[in-house]
This record gives sequence, C-alpha cells and structure tokens, in this order.
Amino acid sequence: MSLDLFVQSIISGLSQGSIYALVGLGFTIIFTVTGIINFAQGEFVMLGGMFSWAFFTLYGVPQVPALILSVLVATAIGAVLYLLAIRSARKASVVSLIIITIGASIFIRGVVGEIWGRDFVRPPYFTGENSLHFLGASIEPQRLWIVGTTIFVALILHFFFSRTMLGKALKACSVNRIGAALVGINPRTMSLIAFALAAAMGAIGGIVTAPQGTTWADAGLMLGLKGFVAAALGGFRSQVATVIGGVTLGILEQLAIRVNWGPFGSDYADAIALVVLLLVLLVRSGKLAAEERTS
Amino acid sequence: MLERLKRRWTYLAIAAMLLFLVLIPFDWFLGQYTVLMIFIGIHTMVTVGLCLLMGYTGQVSLGQAAFYGLGAYFSAILSKTYHVNPWLAMLMAAIATGAFAYVIGYPFFRLRGNYLAMATLGLGLIVGILFSQLDRFTGGSMGIREIPPLSIGSFVFNTTLKRYFLVWVFCLVTLLLAQNIVRSRTGRALRAIRGSEAAAESVGINAAQFKVKIFVLGAVFASLAGSLYVHNFFYVNPGPFGFLFSVMVVVMAVIGGLASIWGAIFGTAVVHILSDELLIEFGEWDTIVYGLILVVVMIFVPQGLFVGLRETYEHWRLRHVERRAEP
Repeated sequence: MSLDLFVQSIISGLSQGSIYALVGLGFTIIFTVTGIINFAQGEFVMLGGMFSWAFFTLYGVPQVPALILSVLVATAIGAVLYLLAIRSARKASVVSLIIITIGASIFIRGVVGEIWGRDFVRPPYFTGENSLHFLGASIEPQRLWIVGTTIFVALILHFFFSRTMLGKALKACSVNRIGAALVGINPRTMSLIAFALAAAMGAIGGIVTAPQGTTWADAGLMLGLKGFVAAALGGFRSQVATVIGGVTLGILEQLAIRVNWGPFGSDYADAIALVVLLLVLLVRSGKLAAEERTS
Repeated sequence: MLERLKRRWTYLAIAAMLLFLVLIPFDWFLGQYTVLMIFIGIHTMVTVGLCLLMGYTGQVSLGQAAFYGLGAYFSAILSKTYHVNPWLAMLMAAIATGAFAYVIGYPFFRLRGNYLAMATLGLGLIVGILFSQLDRFTGGSMGIREIPPLSIGSFVFNTTLKRYFLVWVFCLVTLLLAQNIVRSRTGRALRAIRGSEAAAESVGINAAQFKVKIFVLGAVFASLAGSLYVHNFFYVNPGPFGFLFSVMVVVMAVIGGLASIWGAIFGTAVVHILSDELLIEFGEWDTIVYGLILVVVMIFVPQGLFVGLRETYEHWRLRHVERRAEP
C-alpha cells in the first residue's frame, strides 16, 4: 500500500469513524441513563440525512434552517419514541425492550420509505466541492465538516455532563437511579432527555454525512450496528473510549477496502464491522454480563 | 374435572385442525390458498424454534434467517452442484447447520439480553453477506436455479398438492417433536432455568448446555425448513434470507406467543395472511404494520398475542365454571 493511499484511508476513516462515534455516543447516553440498548439508534442518523435532503430539495427550505429543522424534528421523534413506546412498557424485560426498539426501527424505516421512496438521495455539500490536497491524498471539504462537527459535539457533550446541572443530574441517574430520585431528580424525565439527546446526536451525524456519501430509507441498520460496535469498544461507559472506538473502526474499514484481497474482492467492508462486533462481544462477554447485572 | 375437560377439548381442537388442514387444498374449500399454506408450513418450522428459544431461555435471536438460509443453500448446492440425493442433502444440511449452531452457541450463550441479540443480529448479517458474496458456490445475487425436487422412488413431489402435504407432514412432525422435547426431562430443565437459573444450577442442571441445546434445535428446524423451501420452489437467491426475514420470524413468534408450540402456526399464519392477502393492496406498508405490531404486543401482552388470548379465555372460563358450580 502506497503512502498516499494510506493517508487517504486514514482521512476517510477519520470522517467515517466520526459518524460511528456519534451514533455510539447516543447508545452510551441511553444505556448509562436507562439501561436500555436502543436498537433504533441508527434510524436517527438516517432521519437526519433524509430530513435535511427532503426539507432542502423537496420543500425548498434554505440550507441552514433545513439542517437545524432536521435535527429538531429528529430529536422530537426520539422523545416521542420514549414517551409512546418505552415509557408505556413499564417493568418490561430486556427482551421485550429489544423487540420494542426493533419494532420502532422498522416502523420508522417503513414510514420514511413510504413518504420519500427507497432510492438513494444526496443533499448538497455544506461548502464548496473542490477537494483539498494533503500528502497526495485528496480531502473533500465535507469530510472536514464531519470531523469538526464530531469534535465539537464531543466537547459540548463533555462540558454538558461535567459543568451543567442537567448534565450532572443525568450522570447521577446513570450512577444510581434510586439515589438520584432521593435527591429530587426525576429518573423518567432524565430518560426522556437521554432519548432526545441521543436522537439529536444521531441526526447531527446524519446531516453532516449524508452529503458525503448518500443516504436512503434503509441506511439505519448498518450505521446503528457500527455505532454499537463503537459503544461496545468503549464498554458503554466512557465517552472518550467510544469516540476512539468509532474512529478505529472507521480507519480499519477504510484500510481494509483499499487492500487487495485477491479472490475475495472488496465487497466485505461491512463484514469487517460485523466481525469486530462479534469479537468485541465475545472477548468482553464476562465484563459486559457483569455490567448488565449491576445496571 | 377441569383437567379432563381441558384434555378433551385439546383432542377435539387437534382433530378439527387436522381435518381443516386436509380439506384446505380442495378447490371447493380454500384451494386458491394452497401455495400460501405451503409458505405458512415452512415458516412455522422456523418460528417454532424461536418461540422455544424466547419462551424457555428468555433470550431473543435476531438472526434466525441465517439458519434458514444455511439449510436452503447447503441443500441447493449439494443437490444441484454435487448431485447428492435431495433427501440426503436435506439431512446433511440439517447436520451441518446444527453443528454450526452448536459451535457458535457456546460462546454466544455466555452473552445474554442485549448483547446476545446484537451478536445474533451480526451473525445473521455476516451469513447474509456470504450468501451474496461467495458467488462461486452460491451464484451470488443470481442464485441457483433448477434445484431437483424431492421424490420417493418414482413418486416426485412436483405438484402444488403433493408439495402441500409434504410440507405439512414435515411441519406437524416438527411441532410434535418440539412438544415431546418440551415435555421431556430437557423441557423440565428448561422450565427450571426459566424460573431461576441459579436455583436450577444448584440442583445440577447445566444451564448453558440446555440453552445451547434449544438454540441448536431451532437452527435444525430452520435448516429443514430452508431445505424444504429450495426443493419445493427449485430456486434460491439471497433475498429471502436477510435481516428482514429474521425480524419477520420475531413478529411471527411474538404473535404466536413465547414457549407456545401451536401458537407458532397461528403467528405464522396471521403474518402471512396479513402480508399476502391484506397489505398487498397498500404497497410496502407491511414493515410499518409489523413495527407497530411488535411495539404494541410487547407493551400490552409481553408473553405473546396467542398465549395472551388463551390466558384471557381460560381465566374467563374458570370464572364461568366456578359461578355455575355455586348452588
């Protein structure tokens, strides 16, 4: 592998991995506060991308308001998902909650497919089309937007959890729900906020990445899975580790599709994330099981 | 008294169901639905495996399509490419799929809940990718055509009617087998594990081993169903073995009810009648409806729709009988 190809892989991997990190952060927030793995998490990335495309291209909303509106609507859907489906299922078992969120995810996918069709769509770039050049690799400006947004969101999130009252209340809920309730924090409100926040993170990921590749109604499944891998690499606890996990996965994938696999061809890119998924789950199975018992 | 009444009703219900199944293919009855019934029979075999897994281990698999697909592809490749007798191909496919499920079952069942669900989801997707990418063996997205039908001597299962009876004999034998296993020592062990894993282990039940056993059983049933599919429709491509089918199996199991063997037929039939007869008018509305079904059933009847209905009915009848018994 030549140097420029290597640099290209790293850069593409960074921007690809940023998305996984954003989705992974969504998983982590919901899991730490509510103990639920939201199998519909990937759908919010798809929703962000589809909304920004639909508002701008179909309904003629100017680009910046269209982007903000996309995130707001997706956040509202995240809140509605919690209020209608999760909160109604009081004392549901883990398996019931898995099935509920899976049901919600194919419901969302079906509705989007029904309204805007199942074709690939691509909203416009945020800024110019001209690629920048660095060590023989070309970088689309959108990739800088993706990485920049992820860093920005991660910093805001860090500030939110460590400096604001609401963030600390969420953190308290993740440490001990009963304890938090005793000091006057409403765990249900915190769960609602966690779902809305995670939806917003997903949607932000969706609006920044959709112009770089494409998006379509069924994009959520793989994005959700890869975000889950990022979160699992971070053990569903640490936000920093989740970001590192996501970026590592992104780079690994981009390197793998540029290596010559001989007779296998390069169509196995998605399989790499899946193999990493299985490896992480199996290697960390003891630790994950222990965490699930305590939560 | 109540027990005997219940048993009599069970026999009557089974006799009525058998009569109904035999009469279906006749044109004056429900003949136009024979092909639909073939699909219901095949998919019931997949569903019952998941019903048992969910009901007795409290875990969910989001990758049952993988085992269904493995059965289908093993059978297709062995009988078409290597000219193995279709019956033998079917048997070899079931053994291979069962062995595969056994090997991955041990590491998988060290996980539980969310992580097991994610692992099975990942497994299903990987196997799906292999079906379309290993095109040297599987024919890629083009698939494999002209797969030989099953036959006994010179009697070939080549008409819809013959295939209908073949599939339903398989399906009913599978269900009976499942029922016997549930009522055996294994079934009692599984119920003990469902009650309390720690208590079960303290009386010497190896919980992990029993969970893997039920997982393998479900995989073998799904593999047989996959083999039946390819030898009845003579064609296989990756389409019907993807993530959506795994979700459909969950929908069918959720409607049928956890730990319910006969509910599996009910759940599968409801989903197929919904898809093929009612929703077909509305384009691709089915995923929306299935999503709603999953959410609503899990919120209101987490033990599954069929089981929920049956419990409500029995509750009602018990009250009714008690009231009549009063002087």
